[in-house]
Amino acid sequence: MVEQVRKLLEKKVESPEGLESLRQSIVAKRDPQRTCISVCGGTACRASGAEAVVDAFLDEIERRELQVQVSLKETGCHGFCERGPLVVIEPKKIFYQQVKPEDVEEIIDETIVAGKIVERLLYTDPTTSETITYEPDVPFYKKQTRNIFGANGTIDPTNIEDYIASGGYSALTKVLTGMKPQQIVDEVKKSGLRGRGGGGFPTGRKWQSCLEAKGKVKYVICNADEGDPGAYQDRSLLEGNPHSILEGMIIGARAIGSHQGYIYVRNEYPLAVRHARIAIEQAMDYGLLGKNILGSGFDFNITINKGGGAFVCGESSALMASLEGKVGEPKAKYVHMAEKGLWEHPSLLNNVKTWANVPLIINKGADWYAKIGTAGSKGTMIFSLVGNIVNTGLVEVPMGITLRQMIFDIGGGIPDGKKFKAVQTGGPSGGCIPEKFLDTPVDFDELTKLGSMMGSGGMIVMDEDTCMVDVARYFIEFLKGESCGKCTPCREGINRMSEILSNITQGKGKPEDLDTLEDLSEVLSAGALCALGQTAANPVLSTIRYFKDEYLAHITDKKCPAGVCRELIRLSIDPEKCEGCLRCLRECPTGAVTGEKKQAHTINQDMCIHCGACYDVCKFNAVIKR
Amino acid sequence: MEVTLDFSKVKAIVEDYTEKVDSLIDSYADKKEQIISLLQDIQAEFNYLPQDVLVKISQKLDIPLSQVFSVATFFRAFSLKPRGRHLVTVCLGTACHVKGGQRLVDKVSRDYGIKPGETTEDMRFTLETVNCLGCCALGPVVVVDGKYQSKVTSDKLNRVLKQYK
Ligand SMILES: Cc1cc2nc3c(=O)[nH]c(=O)nc-3n(C[C@H](O)[C@H](O)[C@H](O)COP(=O)(O)O)c2cc1C
Ligand code: SF4
Ligand code: SF4
Ligand code: SF4
Ligand code: FES
Ligand code: FES
Repeated sequence: MVEQVRKLLEKKVESPEGLESLRQSIVAKRDPQRTCISVCGGTACRASGAEAVVDAFLDEIERRELQVQVSLKETGCHGFCERGPLVVIEPKKIFYQQVKPEDVEEIIDETIVAGKIVERLLYTDPTTSETITYEPDVPFYKKQTRNIFGANGTIDPTNIEDYIASGGYSALTKVLTGMKPQQIVDEVKKSGLRGRGGGGFPTGRKWQSCLEAKGKVKYVICNADEGDPGAYQDRSLLEGNPHSILEGMIIGARAIGSHQGYIYVRNEYPLAVRHARIAIEQAMDYGLLGKNILGSGFDFNITINKGGGAFVCGESSALMASLEGKVGEPKAKYVHMAEKGLWEHPSLLNNVKTWANVPLIINKGADWYAKIGTAGSKGTMIFSLVGNIVNTGLVEVPMGITLRQMIFDIGGGIPDGKKFKAVQTGGPSGGCIPEKFLDTPVDFDELTKLGSMMGSGGMIVMDEDTCMVDVARYFIEFLKGESCGKCTPCREGINRMSEILSNITQGKGKPEDLDTLEDLSEVLSAGALCALGQTAANPVLSTIRYFKDEYLAHITDKKCPAGVCRELIRLSIDPEKCEGCLRCLRECPTGAVTGEKKQAHTINQDMCIHCGACYDVCKFNAVIKR
Repeated sequence: MEVTLDFSKVKAIVEDYTEKVDSLIDSYADKKEQIISLLQDIQAEFNYLPQDVLVKISQKLDIPLSQVFSVATFFRAFSLKPRGRHLVTVCLGTACHVKGGQRLVDKVSRDYGIKPGETTEDMRFTLETVNCLGCCALGPVVVVDGKYQSKVTSDKLNRVLKQYK
């Protein structure tokens, strides 16, 4: 026990100089040429079996007594999740993908011991058929600018020394040794950083209001609720590099004079919660959090709060209500959280990514930072590039890159030779952007001009088989379930829209429906209390604007051109392609399919309920949906 | 069938239950505002929120019962009904939706006669949907008893569900 306490005290760094010498001693201890097997331990790779791969490596290393030559590290998400589990062999950065426990022996034999490459585990670029050996050469990564997310793939998030060795907490020492609160805020202002959580509000201006707000007690809050369904970059950052967020928050707290911070993270993200918790404990042990941080006399603590996973709880006032243990309902907009937030005290709320940008700005300077991006949007943005796209995962790019570059150069285009139809950005508050705008530079203002928005960085690519009316219905259904019901325009408006859209997708649409939807949209944007309701119509409006013919096909021709809306499609079997394998017959819930083995099957239209089960199971593309 | 009650056993079960509940609630005595976390812990323990526990939370932590209930019903991750032996969660986040998540929900509904939120009569499966599990690159995603299944097809779902009796 005494020994433990002594150790703990030893770790505590008592001055900024102390941190520098600690950093040097950590770096000196490490041999950069030593082989390190780094396995991605992000949620997606774990879902694909990364933990078993780690165990296999541990066993194998122990069995062969390789502990001295090689180390093993579990990192956060590298971004290319679709190819997981990922294994990168440092220092050369040999990149193995879709690694299974069975592959481990061979990797050790060939790569670790003999220094050779295991060809079959390499990544092949589907466009050029070229095999890629090293991680930085993978086209998916090559065209990115990974200022914020890059460290995710190299540090062990549960080991603070990794973060410190990579220069971590040096922005904090800079702030503590030579910057007054106003100087910190000025630097953030000058950088042009805008909030990464939704609205793109200028971060420096928000900090200024909090700095000026009167009150002894102030709070700093990190929004890790990540309600946008289809986005997961906030979780990946918190999981993979929690200290960068803590460092940002400590700097923010120092700037506005706060001594208590909260991280509001959804309960569905257990690994992020765990890593954030470990990071906080380690930062306390090292004297980077808690009382008298690095001997500066400044005190700051961070508490983690698990949210229940309601979309509306990501809204600032609802989030604070939830932190207070109340039901997460928004307050009227005239109440400014910067002045009267959590328990009525001034509160500084920023998104995970916003916080992670702060150390970079302080370290490299606002001028450096402001060089990246467009006139109105500075820095990089992390997107979750998902849906019907070849390379799916998280990408970080400078603001101003075009949609086409993102989707085709980084994302590798649309799979299975299908055609691109639309890209949805901004989550349920955003919209769908059609092909003709693919050359638009991606930044806050340009996306808004197109009737969508940047939001939190969700980017869902949709191919020709996606029905845009169904997408609009999907988002409205989502919002119907997530509206807190406090105000009538939102509650009733969304209900009414959902009814109309369901009718249209069921072939019961009327020509005047489109006008009604537009009228309802106005009611929502003018009358709803919070941004959930105010922006709820965006997915509907943008699809009507760009895909009106699809709506009309549903309403007048009673057809779903993409073959999605059940009531409007007819399923049949192409006798040329049908192999008579009986699979659809067995799967059909109504007995509508008839046929003999090895002979073309047919569907009895009177019995068919259009469930699509036959389509889903047919391996020969013989079932036609029209 | 003859039923004999082993009273000492029943007593032990009841005591164990009471003890677990009490200690969970007591651990939140000085952080009443974290009621969401407490409910999550309770649900993790019993796989739903038993009514008597909600009442107990209200009494022990001195929070109005109405507030406990409103929080418990506000978040859809909470269940006030007991759930089946196996929890099947289908992701319906946008990324999974465009990759056919809804068709997987329809399939489970069709094959097992349960709609989202319902449990089969034999208590084998409870079907739930969720708005994104944060591994959208692997969609469509289905989670069975905490185990993630990626790029799920109709066939794969059949194979997976068969393993859960
Ligand atoms: C319905 C709704 C949901 C939101 N969800 C989130 C969220 O999940 N994460 C987030 O950072 N911001 C979310 N926001 C935006 C927040 O209200 C707030 O603007 C943001 O966290 C501020 O941080 P930033 O300035 O760094 O972007 C949401 C807003 C609304 C209206
Ligand atoms: S707009 Fe909708 S979500 Fe926002 S407060 Fe009103 S009812 Fe609640
Ligand atoms: S599954 Fe396809 S190939 Fe097999 S019988 Fe049905 S339509 Fe024919
Ligand atoms: S769509 Fe469904 S009901 Fe119709 S034939 Fe196919 S499986 Fe049978
Ligand atoms: S979780 Fe491994 S690459 Fe994203
Ligand atoms: S949309 Fe299904 S995991 Fe994100």
